[in-house]
Amino acid sequence: MTRNNKILPPRFSRLGTCALLCEAPAPLDISWQRRIWALAARAEAWPGVMEVMPGMNNLMLVFDPTVITAEEIKADIIKLWPHCDWDGEAGKTLEIAVVYGGENGMDMKHVARHAGLSIDELVRLHTDPVYTVYFLGAYPGFGYLDGLHPKLFTPRRQEPRLQVPAGSVAIGGVQAGVIPSMLPSGWQIIGHAREVFFDVAKNPPALLAPGDKIKFRAERIER
Amino acid sequence: MIEVLASGALNTVQDLGRFGYRKIGVSVAGTMDKLALVAGNLLLGNDRNSAGIEINIFPFRVRFLQNTGIVITGAACAAELDGASLLPWYATSVSSGQVLMLSAPTQGCRVYLTVRGGINVPVVLNSRSTDLKARFGGHDGRSLQKGDQLAVLNPSIDSNGWKFDYGVEPPNVALPFNFRTDGGTVAVRVIPAAEYESFSESGQAKFWSSLWRITPNSNRQGYRLAGTALPTEGQVELLSHGLVPGTIQVPPSGQPIIQMSDANTSGGYPKIGTVIEADMWRLAQAGLGKSLQFVQVSVEDAIAALVAERAWLIKIESDLASLQATSKNASTR
Repeated sequence: MTRNNKILPPRFSRLGTCALLCEAPAPLDISWQRRIWALAARAEAWPGVMEVMPGMNNLMLVFDPTVITAEEIKADIIKLWPHCDWDGEAGKTLEIAVVYGGENGMDMKHVARHAGLSIDELVRLHTDPVYTVYFLGAYPGFGYLDGLHPKLFTPRRQEPRLQVPAGSVAIGGVQAGVIPSMLPSGWQIIGHAREVFFDVAKNPPALLAPGDKIKFRAERIER
Repeated sequence: MIEVLASGALNTVQDLGRFGYRKIGVSVAGTMDKLALVAGNLLLGNDRNSAGIEINIFPFRVRFLQNTGIVITGAACAAELDGASLLPWYATSVSSGQVLMLSAPTQGCRVYLTVRGGINVPVVLNSRSTDLKARFGGHDGRSLQKGDQLAVLNPSIDSNGWKFDYGVEPPNVALPFNFRTDGGTVAVRVIPAAEYESFSESGQAKFWSSLWRITPNSNRQGYRLAGTALPTEGQVELLSHGLVPGTIQVPPSGQPIIQMSDANTSGGYPKIGTVIEADMWRLAQAGLGKSLQFVQVSVEDAIAALVAERAWLIKIESDLASLQATSKNASTR
């Protein structure tokens, strides 16, 4: 991420009239994510910036282009980029029990085949790491997790499914997560968890927050 | 109060959307055609963000249980109040007991009913919009059904001497974009997005020149399009990132998907472009089976179109303010 001790700059692209995407250079790294969290907290207060949304090593900014231009936002980010780091509190750690495979883990065998692993190896590799919540997105309360073992990296489906069950433990490319309610998704579903990840009546409504840690535990394997 | 007499799935209470919660994964939701809602609200002297009813399924019938004022905007459809034709984009007084009937649109696909004061459903995460996918907001987080009763905030007609007998030209007259006049095709302007350059030249050319049919799998979350598949060789999976309504993604099938109001807040398919903000209402009014043509524009043109759209709304607001002032003076004289 550094070349000759210089922090590489992010890449910018336009997302329509009123949004800008700022992406950290590859590879995916927690130090980039800390920079993204810090930047998001700063940029949220800029005049003309209406909403910020951290992603996986990237940041989307929604703004009013008649108040602030994309060029002005870019210049501000480039200025801050080498110096910002997250000073927020350390997140909580959660243990999540998973039923692997079966009716609600319909892609487990596909993922194992794709990785050239036995089911037991797949479950071991999935339960081994401590995952970090990078950001919440896609659906209410859905945390994108980093820490997936590279052997389990599996491309998303050709066509997204129109509906997957709540609590679906899923893999999408290099990312992992648990899908919080019955929703459409293109991710590979390897198991099922019972936790409630989002409740609009609660404050905060989302169980997870960026920086939290997750450990999966195999409750059962349905072959 | 308004009583729903006949409705179909997918008719929902919506305001302009739920902002500030993308970072916990909550979609913006809100009306698909924002211009229609705002124009209706302005014609009634409401706050721009007051909640109205988005009608996607017809016929739709309601009974008003108090005197108030209403406006019908969005798609062109036959609207009748107790059997008498109603003008669209026109503020009309209604009396308690009157029944409004909306029939399937003849042009466009979504009709908006705005009411003096706005629909009063509980505010959830700072918005009255229904999030059908997450099942909260609006009326119990669901589509309206026969028998539902909707409260209205401050529906009174004469609290400030406000009169209802005026209208505006619809935006397809006031803000035309006549790239293609063939009735079956809707042209929308697009700014290339991050992965545009990673498509081959022939893929890029195909994206602009093809007609893209809106398939029956399309809804408030997204429009799934069908056409000659775009070549996706060499496209890599992306790290998930924030999305806005209007983002055009190309999944490995090569058939584009446009994110709409209920879109997921993030995704990772390659993005070839984004429909400009000022054409989102045109896209919202393009129904199933219609064909889309994408027209490339610069960021400058996209901002100019946004400014023109805002100016149109400001003009409605200021014309009405002077109209109301004149009629007030006339009545006190």
